[in-house]
Amino acid sequence: MNDSIRIHSNHNFFERLHYINWGLVFVILIVSGIGFAALYSAAGGSFSPWASRQIMRFAFGIVVMFVIALIDVRWWYKLAWPAYWLGFVMLLFVEIMGHVGMGAQRWIDLGFIRLQPSELMKIAVVMVLARYFNTATLEDMRRISFLLIPAGVVLLPVALVMLQPDLGTALMIGMAATAMFFMAGASLWLFGVGALLIAGMIPLAWHFMHDYQKQRVLTFLNPESDPLGAGYHITQSKIALGSGGIEGKGFLNGSQSHLNFLPEKQTDFIFTLWAEEWGLMGGLVLLTLFGMIFFYGFWISRRCRHNFGRYLALGLTVNFSLYVFINIGMVMGLMPVVGAPLPLISYGGTSMLAALIGFGLIMSCHIFRDSRVTRV
Amino acid sequence: MELNDDARSMKSFSRRAFVIGALQFCFLGGLGVRLAWLQISQGQKYKRLSDRNRINIKMLAPSRGQIVDRFGVPLAVNNQNFRVLIVPEQAESVEKSLRQLQAHVDLSEEQIQKVLEQAKKSSKFLPLEVKDNLSWEDVARIEVNLPDLPGLSIDVGEVRSYPYGPATAHIVGYVGLPSKSELAENQTLNLPGFKIGKTGIEKKYDDELRGVSGASEVEVNVIGREVRELGRQVSRGGERVVLSIDAELQRFMQDRLSQQKSASAVVIDAHTGAVYGLASYPDFDPNLFTHGLSASAWEELLADPGHPLTNKAVAGQYPPASTFKMVTAIAGLRAGKITGDRTVFCSGHYDYGGDRFHCWKPSGHGTVNLIDALAMSCDTYFYQISTEIGIDNIAQVARELGLGEKLSFDLPEESPGLVPDKDWKMGYHGSSWKPGETIVASIGQGYLQATPLQLAVMTARLVNGGYAVKPWLSAYVGQHEERREDFPKLDIHEWHLHLVKQGMDKVVNNQKGTAYGSRIVQPDMAMGGKTGTAQVKRITAAQRQAGISNEELPWKYRHHGLFVGYAPVNDPRYVCCVVVEHGVGGSATAAPLARDILFETQKRDPGASQISPETVFKNNVVKAG
Repeated sequence: MNDSIRIHSNHNFFERLHYINWGLVFVILIVSGIGFAALYSAAGGSFSPWASRQIMRFAFGIVVMFVIALIDVRWWYKLAWPAYWLGFVMLLFVEIMGHVGMGAQRWIDLGFIRLQPSELMKIAVVMVLARYFNTATLEDMRRISFLLIPAGVVLLPVALVMLQPDLGTALMIGMAATAMFFMAGASLWLFGVGALLIAGMIPLAWHFMHDYQKQRVLTFLNPESDPLGAGYHITQSKIALGSGGIEGKGFLNGSQSHLNFLPEKQTDFIFTLWAEEWGLMGGLVLLTLFGMIFFYGFWISRRCRHNFGRYLALGLTVNFSLYVFINIGMVMGLMPVVGAPLPLISYGGTSMLAALIGFGLIMSCHIFRDSRVTRV
Repeated sequence: MELNDDARSMKSFSRRAFVIGALQFCFLGGLGVRLAWLQISQGQKYKRLSDRNRINIKMLAPSRGQIVDRFGVPLAVNNQNFRVLIVPEQAESVEKSLRQLQAHVDLSEEQIQKVLEQAKKSSKFLPLEVKDNLSWEDVARIEVNLPDLPGLSIDVGEVRSYPYGPATAHIVGYVGLPSKSELAENQTLNLPGFKIGKTGIEKKYDDELRGVSGASEVEVNVIGREVRELGRQVSRGGERVVLSIDAELQRFMQDRLSQQKSASAVVIDAHTGAVYGLASYPDFDPNLFTHGLSASAWEELLADPGHPLTNKAVAGQYPPASTFKMVTAIAGLRAGKITGDRTVFCSGHYDYGGDRFHCWKPSGHGTVNLIDALAMSCDTYFYQISTEIGIDNIAQVARELGLGEKLSFDLPEESPGLVPDKDWKMGYHGSSWKPGETIVASIGQGYLQATPLQLAVMTARLVNGGYAVKPWLSAYVGQHEERREDFPKLDIHEWHLHLVKQGMDKVVNNQKGTAYGSRIVQPDMAMGGKTGTAQVKRITAAQRQAGISNEELPWKYRHHGLFVGYAPVNDPRYVCCVVVEHGVGGSATAAPLARDILFETQKRDPGASQISPETVFKNNVVKAG
């Protein structure tokens, strides 16, 4: 590798365009295209009501992604804290509204999109941690006092999200943050202590869980116990996947999905629909494409010459991959039903937008990989 | 030192990033392995099953809710319908199976082609309807031969049936196959032969009547026998709708109207707004629609000049003609231009601004007061009053009495009618209102348009003490009460209403009245009312000169005959409006019909009974329409 000494501090617009990682853009397009096809099939071979709206949201999201990508990564460095506090205020807002009698509402209605603050908060937490760890030395990382602030940064939103109660999102923020601490060089014994703490808290958490959440966990542990009740979703999903076989039942011919045996086929169970109709082949193709996205994130992180970019790119990649693992693991009966969308594929505005914002930031790290990012 | 730090930090990051990356790919690989395990090992299981057994998905269609009249008499019910279905996926060849079926039941080439065409377009696991309304013998023959008919199955479905047939067709409406755009909205509609409400109450309450479909996943063996049920979502039947209609009165009205070429009639309760009968003739048999109407029969219905598919009682808009004179009268009284003894001299015509406006009686009525002007329907009296009060005062009263806008009635076919005023004319025609147009409007001609239902509501508000009743058909949907009551009182003086009612009494019950020939002689059932004759085509000066009677004109140029009435005259309860299209005159054709209808209504007295959501008709013998 030829380590050039050029410092790309201020690319002009065309240079920035040139440095966009077009390979990653291409994979994103293909994965989203698969999503449109699956939604088209979910509606029984019709663009309405899902595919057409999803395409429109994607068109909007991809523009947002490019705009974010083309903005100097140092701006994102500066905006990390404001983004975090904005997300925090919005989270607090839905929490208060929830108590003022709108039920377990997790979104803010902006008219054209229903914004879930918790989705944006996941990105903001990664940004703040990347910024905080940017100038940290390994010695800093070994000091507990140095880690108190970032721990607070993570626990504040986790606590708020738990109150909603949205256990899945809280866990995801926690896991992404753990990965950030790990990559920045926190002592390994910390993770051991953390694991023990969590194990100790499980009985306590169980006590605070809602009945429906307990039921989900129990059902996950033994789905056959209640085939017509709560275990129904997982059993039906597995039948659909299994009956898809190697070659699948063919586009628009997923009998399980189309006859409404499959719940939420357009959102959480979209992978099942895809793999029922396209079989193992289709399923593996989609997994491979996700693998390529992870690899691009990993590679961009490695090539970046400042810690902020390294941590941000890898952190966001981990965040994205968590969605994929949780969603697909869930529909295949490897995890409890937690209600996580499959990013870029499931029908839904916020998850699509959040994923594309994440990619925009990763690409910004790539375009400005040689910038000098320090505290101002 | 700093460089050293950076290098160490980078090295640590590289190592740890590699661990994270490796973990990600392990997880991804794990998902892939799990997928392969599910789809290959479990896939094998299903493959083996499908050699001897297969999974079948049966949709469980919800039972459509009943529609009944106020006494619980069924107006729309479901009959059993045996049909033969085919699931393309399970037939080796759809065509071959159908050819084999031909040996057992009568199946035309046309029907076969239709199924083949459908099979090409729809998903191959969805059942298609091959033939419905099978007889018992057909069912038995197919049942016995099922092993030789791969993919075919017998299914007991439900078919909508209307016991009263044409008599309630315009109210209840009918069901039909969903259109393409409707199909996209709702998966349930993809059930083979599933029908949805297309008009009337069937359409208005389609969601409630429809219910929710279920599905049952069953394991069946090669000859299609069910082995066991794997999963089930039960269907939920639709809600029952109870209407305010009296079905027998409705049938009576429809029979009476059939003496005319084209007519409509409404009976409502003056106090509650309940609609007891709503008839429109010519009509059609909704039972034909549920079995699929032939193209030629459909064309015929569309081409009929009497518009049998239109519910003229709510959708037909006519000039209210002289039935509008009560409105002008109230407006005149309110403006103080009419008092109890205000008279106008009628010479047979009225001259204003150089134009001559004719009274219907060329020789004139002489000196008349308000009550006589209503009784004899003197046009000149109202011409004179209208010039003194202006159109906006008249329009105001018309709207208060329920004309000029939709009454939020239960039938989606409702028309708004039209009450013109100065603003409307400026906005719509872009020109200012002419005084002559006020004169024409004073006797319900010109721009004025009203539906028979609106005219009945207008009459009800005049005779019930001035309460703003609104008409309604549906009393209950399931347990939910739909009817509306507690209507606000209008700002109309009791004395003014009393004068107008006196005039309407005299129209029928005084020898001078225009409807004296149609009076009800039983004193406790006597009716009051008002006749109207709406011009369809302007009477030319030449015709007036030649004295050509309206009956001699071609049917479509003859006047409409209108009548609004109420009974009993001393304590009004029932209000009726009859419109006979091109019936020449209100007193000649509409009034006799209204008399018969109000007489029958009082005899049956449907308003004396309460409606409840559980109302069930005791005597279950209902003659098929």
